[in-house]
Amino acid sequence: MSKYKTEPLKCWQKAKELREKYYKDYQTAHETGGLRWTGGAWSFDAIPYGLGDDVYPLTGEPYAASIAFMKDFSLECLEATEAKGWARDLCSYMRNYWGSMYLDKWAFGGPFPKANFAWQDHICCSHGKWDQHVAEYEKIPYFCIDVSVGPYNDLDEPKLKYVVDQMHEGIEFLEKATGREYDDEKLIAAVNNECRHTSTWAEICMLNKHKPAPLDEKSMYSLYVFGTLSKAKKEFADFMEEVRDEMKYRIDNEIAALPTERCRLISDTQPPWAFLKVFRYLEKFGAISVGSLYTFALVGIWEDKPDGTWGPRTTPAQQGIKIETRDQALRILADWNLSKPEWQQFYDPTIKTRMMKRIYDEWELDGVMLHLNRGCEGLSCGIMENHWGLTHMDVPVMSFEGNMGDSREFDESRTMDRIDSFMERLGLKKLD
Amino acid sequence: MFSQFKEWYDKRHEYARDWKQRTGGKVMGCFCSYVPEEMLVAGNILPVRVLGSHEPQNVTEPYLFGMYCPFCRDVLAQGLKGKYNYLDGITLSQSCIHLRQSYVAWREHVKVPHDYYLYMPNKVQTKAATPFLKSELEKYQAHIEEITGRELTDDDLDRGIKIVNRNRDLMHQVYEHRKGDTPKLTGLEAMYMTVSAMWVDKEEHSAEIEKVLAQLPDRQMDRDTGARLLMVGSENDDIAFIDMVESVGATFVVDDHCTGTRWFWNKVEPNDDRLYAIADRYVKRPPCPTKDWEERWRFPHIVQLCKDFNVEGAIVIQQKFCDPHECDIMPLRKMLDDNSIPSLFLEFDVTVPIGQFKVRVEAFLEMFGVDDLF
Repeated sequence: MSKYKTEPLKCWQKAKELREKYYKDYQTAHETGGLRWTGGAWSFDAIPYGLGDDVYPLTGEPYAASIAFMKDFSLECLEATEAKGWARDLCSYMRNYWGSMYLDKWAFGGPFPKANFAWQDHICCSHGKWDQHVAEYEKIPYFCIDVSVGPYNDLDEPKLKYVVDQMHEGIEFLEKATGREYDDEKLIAAVNNECRHTSTWAEICMLNKHKPAPLDEKSMYSLYVFGTLSKAKKEFADFMEEVRDEMKYRIDNEIAALPTERCRLISDTQPPWAFLKVFRYLEKFGAISVGSLYTFALVGIWEDKPDGTWGPRTTPAQQGIKIETRDQALRILADWNLSKPEWQQFYDPTIKTRMMKRIYDEWELDGVMLHLNRGCEGLSCGIMENHWGLTHMDVPVMSFEGNMGDSREFDESRTMDRIDSFMERLGLKKLD
Repeated sequence: MFSQFKEWYDKRHEYARDWKQRTGGKVMGCFCSYVPEEMLVAGNILPVRVLGSHEPQNVTEPYLFGMYCPFCRDVLAQGLKGKYNYLDGITLSQSCIHLRQSYVAWREHVKVPHDYYLYMPNKVQTKAATPFLKSELEKYQAHIEEITGRELTDDDLDRGIKIVNRNRDLMHQVYEHRKGDTPKLTGLEAMYMTVSAMWVDKEEHSAEIEKVLAQLPDRQMDRDTGARLLMVGSENDDIAFIDMVESVGATFVVDDHCTGTRWFWNKVEPNDDRLYAIADRYVKRPPCPTKDWEERWRFPHIVQLCKDFNVEGAIVIQQKFCDPHECDIMPLRKMLDDNSIPSLFLEFDVTVPIGQFKVRVEAFLEMFGVDDLF
């Protein structure tokens, strides 16, 4: 039945090692006099790199996703948070993270490592509040940057300045909180790394336009994650270029992620992390999810290319721009991040609908899966409008209800039944 | 004494339609209490806060996922049912994600002639917030000028600021009458006054408050005050609930709601740069929890209210699924507890189970009468 050849990803082992090292570095940072900060996957992580090379982040969302993947530990964390009295419908990443903190249990073994400071950004209702509580509970200093200035297409100087001014305030905060002198050269290097990393990730996603797709969404989760752990880390930016090169190799050699590929889909937001088997179930029909707005756009930075297609944003370095001052670095960093596609939907779901339609057309898809994700009020924002908009553009849509971080809110058999129905609607039967 | 406010509350749509007919002015639907009303008043536009109706509905499911708060769904239902079909425009002042979706769904499916998304900063604790909001207000001014077809002058803005500030001043004066041993008005009456101010012409409303203020000092209350309560939490204009609580041995003497003090508490401080002054007022007002970080500015303000109004207990209410308030309720209740103010937490939906809540409220109020029992 196989139409294409396949082989495991060569970069897989290295991805695993880098990720393990990331968490280990954070855990052991204090042993060598380093610093730890906690925050979000969207935090401007390039900025704390100006404090030195021994400053290690813990981004809450991917950490909580790791917890969610460990179903039993996740339940322990969620119940610890509920026992404190917090509402069960709050962000499930936040509840997993808080639970791990309350229990003083690190998901990878040992006590929960306390951060030196919290460094967050705010776009949904939960982020600013998440680390407000962490800072109060752990008694650590806290700084958060508001980025909710509207869609990138409407960006103007006052909006950019608002974000950049906060960044400058943030650097003053970092110096005061840590007692360290800030190094602008390290900031500039980190900004360049971030741009290289996130543009390269967009390029990797773009390469998945190829038929057969060299990468499937489930595997993408293990690779895009570096952009959520630390976008500005040089090692991770370098690794993305290795992944990109492997994707090109797979395309050149017609190596497919799914050898039976005959139906191409995407999803939209975070998956139910404890039930990634959903993606393997699709494969029984010869269906592959080639990505999602989430994996493409949470990390990837994109732009319109001259031929009208969506491709990786040209980095400042590629444009020949040499960053020389702190203010210039911060302005580039703010502008770069404000163009993040995943931030646009917070203001207007029709932007997300148009992006998904664009992916549907350019990646030559057969349908879209929408996760009505009860665990994330931010990325579920406007999701019914997306459903309405896509179906009115004749895109086949399947929706399923769940929760990225709370396995108690996912009905596995019902979801599989919905997939069966969706496949039937697309004219597909299970492969022999 | 408060019957006019009640009538305005009950007949909000009739009032707005009548106002439009008799003045020829435009009417702006306001999503959230952060919309700068001074600027609308300056442009002779009637600001009308869009609220729910507390009636069950079945029209919002295609547009709003059920995990979002009942208030935002109730607000959308009003639009879809055509209850606000007299509006000339809608404005969202950026706050929570929940209400934002109601605004977008209104824009897409209710189709109002004008719509405007005002990027109110979420980090009000940065010194960059007021200059940024000022720049956003400059754009909003242009929008108002486009709707009205005339320039908004400094004199217009001064007039708008003066009218709205006066209304705030008068409401403060009424609230002063709630501080004494025997409050001169009930929480229900206060709510009729504050909430109706959100859609009644401010000058008409102020004139009515002045009438009330002339009578309040001599007013004899024919009811026992009972426990002096603070009402605090998400958006709330649930008249039936407030009436119930005040019928079982308590009086709400103050509140921290966006339909109450949070909305009117501070004034625009006059400044030659009018838009800067307006921006600064909204940045510095008692914050919604969604804007109250990194530090907590809201809690010391609530503690001060409790002291000033001699509060004995608090009813903490939350619209189901309201993330910003859900993130505040645990520390808020602890803060109240640390200040020896017991609290009762209740989760609200579009409609509330009055019978069940009554049992819980009565049990809560019993603790204030414990000395009488033993």
